[in-house]
Amino acid sequence: MMLGDTIFDVYWFQTVIKVLVVALLIPTTALILGIVFLFKVMSWMQSRLGPQEAGPKGLLQLLADGAKFLQKEDLTPMSADVRVFRMAPIVVLMSTFLLFVIIPASPNLVVENLPNGVFFAFAVSSLSVIGVLMAGWASANKYALLGGIRAAGQLIAYELPMVLAVVGVVIQAGTLSMNGIVVAQAGFHIGPIPVPYIVTQFPMFLVFLAATQAELTQAPFDMPVAESELVAGYQVEYSGFRFLFFFMAEFATAFAFAAIAATLFLGGYYVPGLDINSGIYWVLGPIVLFTKIMLVSFLIFWFRFTYPRFREDQLQRFAWKWLIPISLVWISVTALFKVWVA
Amino acid sequence: MAAPTVPESKQLQYISQQAADSRVNVEFETEDGMTLNIGPQHPATHGTLRIITRLDGEQVISCEPVPGYMHRGYEKLTEVRTYPQVTTLINRIDWLGSFANEVPFILAAEKLMEIEAPPRARYIRTILFELSRMANIVLFLGDLGAQLGGVTAVFYAFRDREFVLNQIEAVTGGRFHPNFDRIGGLKDDLPKGWIAETKKCMTRVHDFCDELEDLLIGNEIFQARTRGIGVIPANVGLSYGLSGANIRGSGVDWDIRRDHCPPGLVYDKADWKVCTHPDGDSFSRSWVRLQEVRESAKIVDQLLDSVPSGPVMAKVPRIIKVPEGEAYVATENPLGQMGYYVISKGDLVPFRVKIRSASFNNVSIVPWVTRGVFVPDVITILASLYFILGDIDR
Repeated sequence: MMLGDTIFDVYWFQTVIKVLVVALLIPTTALILGIVFLFKVMSWMQSRLGPQEAGPKGLLQLLADGAKFLQKEDLTPMSADVRVFRMAPIVVLMSTFLLFVIIPASPNLVVENLPNGVFFAFAVSSLSVIGVLMAGWASANKYALLGGIRAAGQLIAYELPMVLAVVGVVIQAGTLSMNGIVVAQAGFHIGPIPVPYIVTQFPMFLVFLAATQAELTQAPFDMPVAESELVAGYQVEYSGFRFLFFFMAEFATAFAFAAIAATLFLGGYYVPGLDINSGIYWVLGPIVLFTKIMLVSFLIFWFRFTYPRFREDQLQRFAWKWLIPISLVWISVTALFKVWVA
Repeated sequence: MAAPTVPESKQLQYISQQAADSRVNVEFETEDGMTLNIGPQHPATHGTLRIITRLDGEQVISCEPVPGYMHRGYEKLTEVRTYPQVTTLINRIDWLGSFANEVPFILAAEKLMEIEAPPRARYIRTILFELSRMANIVLFLGDLGAQLGGVTAVFYAFRDREFVLNQIEAVTGGRFHPNFDRIGGLKDDLPKGWIAETKKCMTRVHDFCDELEDLLIGNEIFQARTRGIGVIPANVGLSYGLSGANIRGSGVDWDIRRDHCPPGLVYDKADWKVCTHPDGDSFSRSWVRLQEVRESAKIVDQLLDSVPSGPVMAKVPRIIKVPEGEAYVATENPLGQMGYYVISKGDLVPFRVKIRSASFNNVSIVPWVTRGVFVPDVITILASLYFILGDIDR
C-alpha cells in the first residue's frame, strides 16, 4: 500500500477478519466436523440409528436436526421475563465462542494471543453461568428454576477444581499465555524424550476432564438439565432456534474445553520432534490441534454415554472431597519440583 | 318474603370444601415449601401419573400420587363383551407384557366352565407368559438407566427387547396385543422352527443381562444413587399390598408362580428359583428384576425342550356360555400379582369383573417411601417401584 502499510495492519480490518474467523470459520468447520464425528461416536456407542442411516453414511442427521429446530415455533411463556428470556441463550453461546479467541492453531494462527490467555479463558467461560441463571429465572417455571439453581451451584463448585487443575500447568510452564504454554511444552523433555504436560500433570488432566464434564452439565453431572427429573431444567421453556442455541452451545463448549485441554495438556498444535518455528505449522497446526480436540472430546462423550447421573449432594462431595484435594496436592508437588529444578 | 340467606359460616364452609375438593388443581406456595407437580406429563411417570410433591428446597415434605388420568373403565367394559372378546380389551392393561394380562382372566373362565387346556397349550401358554415378562422387564431395566441419567441403557433395552417381541409376534401375529389366549387352549400352534429360534433368543437375553449388569447395575454411581434409597421394610411392604419383585426386593420369599401356581400353567415342570434380596432399597428391587429375567430365560429354555405334542385346544362349545358362579385367579405378572375376580350369571357376558392389578398397590406406597428424600431420589424410587399407567388406572 501507499503508506508503507499493508491493509492487514489496519486495526479495523484485522478486527473484521478476526470476528469472521470466530463467528464463521470456527463454527462451520470445527463444529460441523466435530458434531458429525460425535454423532457417529454416539450412534455406534448407543446403537442409535439416526446418524447411521440418515442420508449417505448418515451424514445428514445434523442437517435434519438443525432444520427441525428452525421449523419450530419460537415460543415465549406468557409469564416469562421476555427480554431476559430471549437474551439468555445468546449469553450462553457468546461465552462459548469467546473461548475460541485465545486458542492457538499454530504459532501465529491465533485470533488474539493474550499474555494472560488462561485467565481470560476461565473468566469468559464462567459467564455462561449468568446465561443459565437468566434462563432458569426468566422462564417462570419451577423446573427451570430448580435447574438454574442447580446449574449455578454446580458451575461455581466446579470452577474451582478446573482452575486449580490448570494452575499446575501454569506453574510448570511459567506463563499464562496459551501459546507460551505450547512453546514451553515443545521445550519440555524427560531425558531425551520430548513429552507433553499430560505425563507430568496426569492427575490434573483427569481433574480437568471431570470438571469439564460438570461445566458442560453432561452426564454424570447433568442434574441441571436432567431430562428424567427436571424434564430439561433451565431449557424447558425454550423451543425453536433458541433451543438450538443451547444445543449448539453444549457441543461448542465441549469443543472449547477440549481445545483448552488439548493445548494445556497435550501440546496443542505441536508435534514432538518438529521444530516449533517451522513454517509447516501454518498448515499442520490446525489439523493436529483438531485431531487432539477430537481425542479429548471423544473421552468427554465416552464418559457421558457410560455413566448415570450423580445426585446434587454427591456431586458437591465429589468436588470438595476428591477433586480439590487432589489438585491442591499436585500443585504443591509441581511447585516443589519447579523450585528444586530451578 | 325475603330470600333465605345462607349464614356466613356455612358459606365459608362451602368455599373451603370446594377448595379442598379442587385442591389438586391449585398450586399453592407457602412459607414452608413449594408445590411441584411431577406429571401428569413427565418423563418419569411412564404416562400420565401425577405426583404432587411439596418441597423444602429439594427435599420432599409430602408426596401424593394422583392416578386416574388414564382411566378407561375396563371393569365396566368387560360387562358388555362376551368372554372371548374380553381378551382384546384386557391385554391393554399392562401394555408391555400384554399376553400375561390375558392368562389370568382366561384361567378364571376355564375354572368356571371346568375346562382344562391340553398339555401342549399349557406349555406354550407358560412360555409366552415368560416371554412377555422378559419383554416387559428388559424395558424396565433400560428405563431405569434412563431415569438415572444413563441413556445408553434404554437404547440397548429397546434393541434387545425386539428379539423377544419378534418371537411373540411369530406365534401370535402381534407384537404388543397378541389376543392369543382362548378359553380351553390357544388360537394356534407354534410355527415351524420357532423353538430353535427362541432358544437363540434366550441366549441373547442372557447376554443382555450380562451387558446391563456391567453397564448399569454394577456401576458405582448407580449403586450410590440406589443403595439405601427408598427402603421398604417387609412388613410395611406387605401392609401396603406390594407384590412381585417389589416385595421380593424386601426379602419376602413369595412368588405366585411357585406357591399358588394356577392349574393352567406349568411352572412346576421347570427347575428355577425365586430371587430375593434382603435390603428392600431401590437397588435390591432392580437387582431382583434383573435376576428374574435370567430365571425367566431359564424357564423358557427348559420348557422349550419338553413341549409335549398334541392339540392346542380343548373341546369347547362354539358359543361360550359360562355357568353361574364366581372365580378368582391370580398370576405372577411382570409387575406383580394380577388377579381377576369373575362373577358369572350363566350369560354370554360376565356379570362383573374385578381386576386386581399390581401397579395400583405398588404406587400406593409412594407417599410413605418418599418422605424426606430429595427430588432425584423420588425419580429413582418411582423407577425402581416400576409401574405402568395402564396397570394403575385400568
